[in-house]
Parts: sequence; C-alpha cells; structure tokens
Amino acid sequence: MTTLESALGASTARLEGRAKVSGTARYAAEYASEGALYAWPVPAGIARGEVTAVHTDAAMADPAVLVVLTHDNAPRLRPVEDRTLALLQSPHVAHRGQYVALAVATSLEAARAAAAAVLVQYKADHHDVVLTEDHPGLYAPEEIDGLWPGTREHGDFGGAYAAAEIRTDAVYTIPPLHNHPMEPHAATAVWDGDALTVYDSNQGSTAVQHTLAQLFGIDAGQVRVVSEHVGGGFGSKGTPRPNVVLAAMAARAVDRPVKLAVPRNHMPAVVGHRAPTIQRIRIGAGSDGRIRALAHEVVTCTSTVGHFVEPAALPSRMMYTAPNSRTSHRVTRLDIPAPSWMRAPGECPGMFALESAIDELADICGLDPVELRIRNDTEVEPDSGLPFSSRHLVECLQEGARRFGWHERDRRPGIRREGRLLIGSGVASSMYPVIIFPSCAAAHADPDGQYRVRVNATDIGTGARTVLAQIAADALAAPLGRVHISIGSSDLPEAPLAGGSSGTASWGWAVHNACAQVRELVERSGGSVPAGGLSASADTTEDIKSGQEYARCAFGAQFAEVQVDTDTGEVRVRRLTGVFAAGRILNPRTARSQFIGAMTMGLSMALMEASTMDPEFGDHAERDFASYHVAACADLPAIEAHWIGEEDPHLNPMGSKGIGEIGIVGTAAAIANAVHHATGVRVRTLPIRPDALLPHFAHFA
Amino acid sequence: MKTFRYERPTDPAAAIALVAGDSGARYLGGGTNLVDLMKLGVETPELLVDVSRLPFGEVEETGGGGLRIGAAVRNSRLATHMLVRERYPALSQALLSGASAQLRNAATIGGNLLQRTRCLYFQDVSKPCNKRRPGSGCPAREGVHRDLAVLGASEHCIATSTSDLAVALAALDATVHLAGPAGTRSLPLTDLHRLPGDAPERDTVLRHGELITAVELPPPPRSARSAYRKVRDRASYAFALASVAAVLNVRDGAVHEVRLAFGGLAAKPWRANGAEEALQGRPATEDSFAAAVRTELTACRPLRDNGYKVALAERLAVAVLAQLAELD
Repeated sequence: MTTLESALGASTARLEGRAKVSGTARYAAEYASEGALYAWPVPAGIARGEVTAVHTDAAMADPAVLVVLTHDNAPRLRPVEDRTLALLQSPHVAHRGQYVALAVATSLEAARAAAAAVLVQYKADHHDVVLTEDHPGLYAPEEIDGLWPGTREHGDFGGAYAAAEIRTDAVYTIPPLHNHPMEPHAATAVWDGDALTVYDSNQGSTAVQHTLAQLFGIDAGQVRVVSEHVGGGFGSKGTPRPNVVLAAMAARAVDRPVKLAVPRNHMPAVVGHRAPTIQRIRIGAGSDGRIRALAHEVVTCTSTVGHFVEPAALPSRMMYTAPNSRTSHRVTRLDIPAPSWMRAPGECPGMFALESAIDELADICGLDPVELRIRNDTEVEPDSGLPFSSRHLVECLQEGARRFGWHERDRRPGIRREGRLLIGSGVASSMYPVIIFPSCAAAHADPDGQYRVRVNATDIGTGARTVLAQIAADALAAPLGRVHISIGSSDLPEAPLAGGSSGTASWGWAVHNACAQVRELVERSGGSVPAGGLSASADTTEDIKSGQEYARCAFGAQFAEVQVDTDTGEVRVRRLTGVFAAGRILNPRTARSQFIGAMTMGLSMALMEASTMDPEFGDHAERDFASYHVAACADLPAIEAHWIGEEDPHLNPMGSKGIGEIGIVGTAAAIANAVHHATGVRVRTLPIRPDALLPHFAHFA
Repeated sequence: MKTFRYERPTDPAAAIALVAGDSGARYLGGGTNLVDLMKLGVETPELLVDVSRLPFGEVEETGGGGLRIGAAVRNSRLATHMLVRERYPALSQALLSGASAQLRNAATIGGNLLQRTRCLYFQDVSKPCNKRRPGSGCPAREGVHRDLAVLGASEHCIATSTSDLAVALAALDATVHLAGPAGTRSLPLTDLHRLPGDAPERDTVLRHGELITAVELPPPPRSARSAYRKVRDRASYAFALASVAAVLNVRDGAVHEVRLAFGGLAAKPWRANGAEEALQGRPATEDSFAAAVRTELTACRPLRDNGYKVALAERLAVAVLAQLAELD
C-alpha cells in the first residue's frame, strides 16, 4: 500500500498555504457582513474600585456612533465560570485595562474616536499589583487549575538535603510575559433572531459555542462559531475572550452585525499572560551528581477575577530521579489582569529554573552537564511512580551533543575570547506531557471516490488541517488529493481545543477511527460506494481511557552557542540545536516549523521578552511591539530541529506525541547556561539584557 | 470621528503659509511616527500638510566637498547613497541601524529629526506626561524608565530622543536649514533639539510654521574615519539603549581631531564637547579615551533602573574610538 506510506509522515505543504500567502484566507474580522458596524472598547483607567459615572454625550455627538454600552445599558449576561467574561455587568473594576464601556459606530475610526471621548469617573481604591517573595497574601492552594495538587512531598527532603554532599540553593525569576499572537483577538457577530453566528479567532470554537450559549441563555444549537483561519494564539485564545462576547453583545444591542478586533495595546490586559514567577530550587546530590533531594518552590500571583496559577513546579515532578522531593506553589491574588495559559504553562518557566539549577549542580560537581543529566535519568515518573510509555531523553542529549559538536567543549567558563567577545555553549532538557482529550469526527465516502472528513479542529497556524488530512488519507488508504477536510466551525463534529499540544492526537484519533470505519464499509460493499455514499462517525471518549497505566511525555534536548560582547553586555545566540523524541512525526515540514518556532520564542524569552508591572498604575507598561521585544530575524541564528524515531504503542493510532509546546521548554535555560559558560556569570533573572551583564564586566575595562 | 484636513502643496511657500496660519497644523513627512501618534490620540492635528512632494528630494555635493541633503530624502536612499557611504560611514550606519527596511523606505530625513520620544508615558494618553500635557507630571521618574535619559533631564521630563540619524549628524557637524514665515535660517544640528528644562513640551527650537528644508554636511575631515554603533535589546528593530557616533583622526599615535556624540542618553543627541577637548593631542589609547569619556559622563544623573547606561556609554565610546584608532 504505497498511499499508506506516502500520506502520513510526508512533508506535505500546508493545504491553505496558498490562500494565506495570497491574502485570500479570511480571518475573523475580515468577513464581509452587510451593514456591519465596528466596536472599540474603553479600558478602565484605575486598577481597583468602582465606576461611578460614564459620560457618553461627547461620544454620541457623532452621528456615526450608534451606541455606547456600559454596565448600565449593556445586555445582561448569564453567569459563567470565567469571570473575565462578565463584561459590562457591574461597575466594579478589578484591574486596569478591564473593559468598562464599548463604543459602536459605522467605521473603525469613528468607534475609536468615540471610545476615546467616553468620560468615565471612578471611585478608586488602593491597589496591590506587585508580586514579592514575601507578599502577605501568599497562600498554598491545595489544588491548582483544577488539575494538580499544589504541593507534593516524597521521602524526607529536609533530611536528605541536609545530609547531601553537594547542595545548590538559588532563586530564579521570570517577569510577566505576553502571548501577543500576530492576529489580535477578533470577532464578527451576526444575530438572526435568537440565532447567533460569530466569526471568531480562537483555539477551540466548541468551547466558544457553549460559553456564548450560556452567556446569552440560548441553546448551543443556536450558536455557530466559525474559526477557519487563526493567526496564532499561544494559549491566549484557548478560552473565549472579550472580543467575541462584546461583539455579540453589541450586535444584539444594535441589531446589526458588529466587528471587534482587540487593539494591540489593550491585549496585555484582557487576553491573559504568563504570570511572573519567583522559583527557589534546592538540590542535594552526591559528588557523583546523583540527585538525592530536590525542592522546587514556586511563588507567583494571580488576579482577583481569574484564578489561574502558573504550575511551574510540575516539571520537577517528572524530570529526574529524586527520592526525596518537595514541589510547591504559593500564590497571591493581586489587582492585575488575569494570567492564563501561555505556551507550555508550567513547563516553560519551571524548566528554566530546573535546568539552570541542574547546570549549576554540574558545575559544582565538575561534571559535564550532559553526563549529569544522563546519570539522573529515570524509567519511572518520580511523582506518580508510573513507568514512562517511552522516554528517550538520553538519546536526545546524545544525538544533540553529536550534532552540535558538544564533546569538543572545554567545561571551564569565561575562557573563550574572540576579540572583545566571549563565546560559550549550554544545554538543557526539554519535556512536555502527552495530553489527549475526547473528540468526535465524521467521514464520508462519495461514489466518485472522493472523501469528506469533518472535525471541529482549529488550525492556529500549526498545519493541523494538513496533518489531519494526512491522517485521514492514511486511514482511508486513499491519496491525499481525494480527501477533503473541513475544520474550524462549530457545525462540525465536536472537538477539543488546540491547546496543551493535544490537538493532533485528540482530533487525529477521532479522524483515524471515522476514516478506518469508512474504509471498512467501502471494503464490505466490495470496494464500490453506493449512490448515497458511505458515512461513519467516531467519538474517542472511551478510547482515550487506555494507556493510563503509563506516564506519557515527550522529551528533548537543546544546545545553544552564544557570544557576549564584553563592551556592551549584548548577548547574541549563534547556534541553536534541538533534538526531540516526540513519538512519530506525522509531517516533517510542519513539525520542524513547530519546533523552530517554539525555540525562537524560547530565545526571545531568554534574551528580550519582559513586561513590567507599573506599580503606580497597575498595568503592564509595554503594550506594543516597539517596547515588548520578540526576536527579529536578525536575532535568529542557525537554528535546527531534529528528532529521533520513537515508536510508542501506548499513545494513539498514529503513535504521535504533541509537538506544539516542547520546543519552548528548556530553550531559555540552554541559553542562560551558555551565557554562564561564556562569561562565568550566572544570570538567574530573565531576560538577559545588557544591563544584567554589564556590571560583571568591569574587570575587562 | 476626529477629522482633519490634508493638503499636499508642491510649493514650499504655500506649505509654510498653510501651517503658519493654523495653530493646529502639522507637517507630514513619511508619517512613520506622526500617524502612529494620531492613532494613539497623542497628536490630534486639524490640518496635515504633506511636505513629501516639495522639491527637497535631492542629495547634492556642495562646492567645498560637503553634502546637501534635502529634507524629503528617504532614509533608505540616503543610507545607500554612494557619497554617504564613502565619506560619512557613520551616517550610513546610523540610518541602517534604525527601524526596519519598510520604515526606512517611508521615513524622511526631516521627519526623522523631528520624531517624538518613545517614552511609554508620553504615548499613553491615559496617564500624566509633562511633554504631552504640560504640568500633569512625570510618572517615569518613579515608574518605568530603563530606556530613559541620564543626561540633561529635568524634574519635569526624562524623555530620550530616539533618532539614530541625529546622533551621526551631531558628530558630523551638520547644519540644518530652515524656512519659515519669517524667512530662512540655519542652525548647527546640535542646536536644533533642546533639553526639557521646565518646558519639556518643546522638543526643538523650531517656531510654529518653520520647516526643515535640508541638512548640510561639511566635508569630512581629511584622513578621519567615522563610525556609528548602537546597543539595543535585540539585533535589529529596536531603539538604542545607548549609541555612539565618532569621527577620529589619529596622527603619530595622538588624537589630532575627534568628534563624539551619544544617543539614547538625553532628549537630544549629546555632542561630547568635554570629552573632545580632553582628548585633543592626547595619546590614542583606551586609557585616554576612557578618561576623557568619563569626564563627559560625570554629568549623568541616573535613576533607579537606568544607571547601567553610564557604564554602557563609556565602554561603547571607548570601543568605537579604539576601533577607529585600530587599536584592536
């Protein structure tokens, strides 16, 4: 069966690539709707308090302005769990930038001007917005994010740490970070009686459909959410956001279609962010580098409206042998915008701390950091005691070391000079758990040999649409060209979100099952398809319960070479090499793009990304791409992603692990470790900008 | 909607008359800064007078071997102009270190010199700012100021100027030609921008209706070399944390002629006259460069989070001078 071989595992180009590069792919705000209006929100100007009056006369003076919605006149919403969606329902202000009004006008410019003309008066309360290590509000949640225990203890950390031959103890801090997808959160909403259609930019329209139905008190069947193309999300579009709720409220209020795109400089306040973390890591080890005691204690903050906690200590429950361990989270509720998912929540910041600490341990032990990691490898997940279904961390480290030329490295820090530059290299491990959610899908064979596959998956730029078509073609044993896939609409069979690197496995499993059934039906009917076609649908709710007797996780290793300018403190990455073991790679082209994209984001996190909470005003000061720096092309070195073949029968029919997030996990530590190797300076606070290093170079002057 | 009028005269006198006659009028060059500020509500002009079609689009050699650059010349064109690359490498380097290729294609030389500060408070109309709303206060002093001024600031304003071009022009002894309702005049570039003092709302000494028509460069000093170097948080497309433009002529191991200007430290390109004087005739060594630059930078008054700029500027200047002196 050559088609079987060729569809899955082939470097198929994105099916929608041409539409995207030629500008014909439509995004949420681009759907033409007869008589559509434009909405522009008004952000709160205080960090905590009450709106006492909203003066809209000046805004309404423009005949282009139809309405200004406030908590007084906005449509009433039913309560939902996510309180950030209770928009314009009360005068209470929980953070600066929270929306307090919405101007609706016949043009974008008029809406923007009207929003600026709205005068809001407040009674401001004292606000508390800055996270500190000893913030009086810190508490230890029993459970975080409804998924994990906040604290875990194994053995006797205190005793083992005290008794250890070698001890490390350091604090790592990461500032608030923002997702900032290229396409802002946007929606076009159209009501027809009590039926609502929204074109919305999100990572999962099934959840948007159900949430809108709840908010407006209508049946989910009356809500249609179309998300055919989405320009990135990085977690911030994983839940319904104010764009779609406000567009629907405004459209209902004026009885006309309404478009709303969240302005870039509002995004830091209303679509989530990665909360800052202060992470203390203590490791007790033998002089052979074997870890006997590990404590990873996280201090972070959340908001008063949402309670998401960055689960940064999780990776220390999974990574290395640690017979005596303590992992804990303490959190305080501040008057800040609600933190939420940002690419690899937990693993990404947690692994910066853990993999930096491991490098420090290697340094103290006088061991090669690759070797030290290999010595602490484990066959069972330390926290659960479950065996890993597959774990090829060591192979990734070894393959990466070979490709990178690691073994020629002199371990001593601060000795490689090229003129005024110092050169160094660093390594870190990557990991990301395998997550699978139940999904439905449907497949249909037409008499003319064409196949139609339907699943409400979301392609946020990853290539998911293409890979799902490949999975379908493979299961149907049909050429890819005869498979027509529909995704990105809540009309389609219900499916989970594109998040947690779970999409391809979750949707793909359902697609595989539906297609395998159709293939069987076609075979049973003697290879010919009757006039009405042949159809099958799948629901994986039961299937995904298998394999739970294993801990399942993807692993990887990243190697970085940096140069540090001793005159200016500027760090530039010269080379970045990642090697991953993530099950079967279904499409090398889109997979490579996922890996190097995430590694690039990790590089940005290491060297430039930072939001500053302004204590006086309670907002994040950097709210555009001129001040919130992400890597430019000139920052990108020779960046390579490779993978090792990994066969794991305990995953899903495709044998795949998620690849969306693992690439950002460990990158920042690899770079920080390389900076240490180059300079001898250990930077434990991100980002590593010139001001972090300059004070250490006085001796060169 | 906030409406405004738009005019695109082809005659300089008409352009000047239009702006002079309307206190709410602004000249529009490439629009790469002004249009952004209009979207943010920081600038709310009644009238935009587009000067990009005025006859200021030429780069001409002057009789003495210098260069006269029309104010409407685009940054990208000037950066790659053969005479600029040959005679004024610092100028070409400064232009190419600014913004992105797309922005350089749009931005004009005159407009670049008149861009406003990127202080985050200046750009946020929901907050006080003495430059935007005189008398409202300066939250940057206690707030987010890692990028802001260490030299020449006042209690009212710590904004920095962000033009790379201006720093190179300051070191190259450029002259700015102006035309206004009262006629024409010329200024040394270093006199164009002003320090905030108690009137931070005024970035320059231009009077309302005055228009930059050209920038003139004297011939480069014989046997001198020039360079511009910019330190920033990423490799491209970021404003300077600090930058240095320098012209250096070394004879027999001693400094024969030197001109030095800093960017990213003040509300104007900072011509380091003190350092230049201190270096005159001194040995061209890193030690004397460092000593001279330190003299200049004793005037720095850093705040909580921008003190690194002082050391950075010193080391950067020493590195650039050492490079020009070929000490490496």
